Amino acid sequence: MNVAIVKYNAGNIQSVINALKRLGVEPQLSDDPEVLLKSDRVLFPGQGEAGTTMSYLRAHHLDTVIPSLRQPVLGICVGMQLMCRYSEENDTDCLGIFPTEVKRFQPTAHEQKVPQMGWNTIERLKSPLFRHIDDGEFVYFIHSYYVPENTYGIATTDYITPYCSALHKDNFYATQFHPEKSGRIGEQILKNFLEIETTCE
Amino acid sequence: MLAKRIIPCLDIKNGQTVKGTNFVNLRSAGDPVELGKSYSEQGADELVYLDITASYEGRKTFTELVRRVAAEISIPFTVGGGINELSDVDRLLNAGADKVSVNSAALRHPDLVNEITSRFGSQVCVVAIDAKYTDEKGWRCYVKGGREETTWDLFEWAKEVCDRGAGEILFTSMNHDGVKEGFANDALCRLSDTLSIPVIASGGAGKMEHFRDTFIHGKSDAALAASVFHFGEISIPDLKHYLKGEGINVRL
Repeated sequence: MNVAIVKYNAGNIQSVINALKRLGVEPQLSDDPEVLLKSDRVLFPGQGEAGTTMSYLRAHHLDTVIPSLRQPVLGICVGMQLMCRYSEENDTDCLGIFPTEVKRFQPTAHEQKVPQMGWNTIERLKSPLFRHIDDGEFVYFIHSYYVPENTYGIATTDYITPYCSALHKDNFYATQFHPEKSGRIGEQILKNFLEIETTCE
Repeated sequence: MLAKRIIPCLDIKNGQTVKGTNFVNLRSAGDPVELGKSYSEQGADELVYLDITASYEGRKTFTELVRRVAAEISIPFTVGGGINELSDVDRLLNAGADKVSVNSAALRHPDLVNEITSRFGSQVCVVAIDAKYTDEKGWRCYVKGGREETTWDLFEWAKEVCDRGAGEILFTSMNHDGVKEGFANDALCRLSDTLSIPVIASGGAGKMEHFRDTFIHGKSDAALAASVFHFGEISIPDLKHYLKGEGINVRL
């Protein structure tokens, strides 16, 4: 199976490469549209800031390539946020794959620290992405911005407010948490993504 | 709800795990990658690898170790020890570390915290603080592995690095470290109440009750320990079941 990882100016991509290697896959890191279009699976991971990462994607024409992909695509963390329509982070227009906004956490008590950093649960799971995974399992999060609940949600997490911790629309999947850093549960989620059946379109 | 974290700490010298008592008398405790993997499988939430080697050769060995840890372990890990400048941070993050912890270098050159966070983001920057309490001076910060006193007060320094963008504070009480009579919960509680970033408690774990107490009375977000885990005095699964039974939200 050919697996590509979108190469752009976001941090922490090495850990996604390592996680895929542990599953026996040698991913190809690329910003070449030809490579991305031809791969069986595309991962769009990353940590970073919405404005500067979107500028990079536009400069490399990836802002038109990514939404045009037809194979299963998995966005992770900032990757997921960039797949939405708009982010409050530096007032940024994003890729618009998911017609929803990304908002900043508004803490209402001192204990509610931003970013959310650490392990939290995913509930109301509904997708082949979560095959063999029970509601209430813990996964690893680091983020200051979140996607409010909407019809494309396939997992819910509660931090300050209940929000969408995973999204699905057509061939596009996305998780706010880091499956590559979520131990055994994260490995299962990545494995599920690699095994998702491609829909005929 | 966000879980309280349990973090085993591995002190590394010449590629091997060691643990000191009150910062001296190092005893060996196994292969760092195997040990880390075993902790990850037992339910550790994160790992910390601290390089206590001083030499250039030792640094290279440690970077290679970080690469192996990143390849084999699927939970987040922090690395620290001997980080003096931005290029050290770059090297360790490139090797696959999720976060770096800075200590003496930040006290010598506080702008290092700003430099790290503006270049790599707040979430990668853990500021480790070693401090000792005396009746005359209160809580004073120390550098060089606890060998040299500074003029910085613990709470003032913690506030300073928080304002400079640090992502987390890792506070080790030198009075409590290695003594196994519990964490410095009064100081930890004061840190948690005044800072807007997570606080990791370190130094003093001896019994499972100590972890409960630091989460409840110390308001710590995470607790770090070494020897109680390395020598099998406390098992992580037992600890987590105990904490859950005490009403503390942990990842099982």
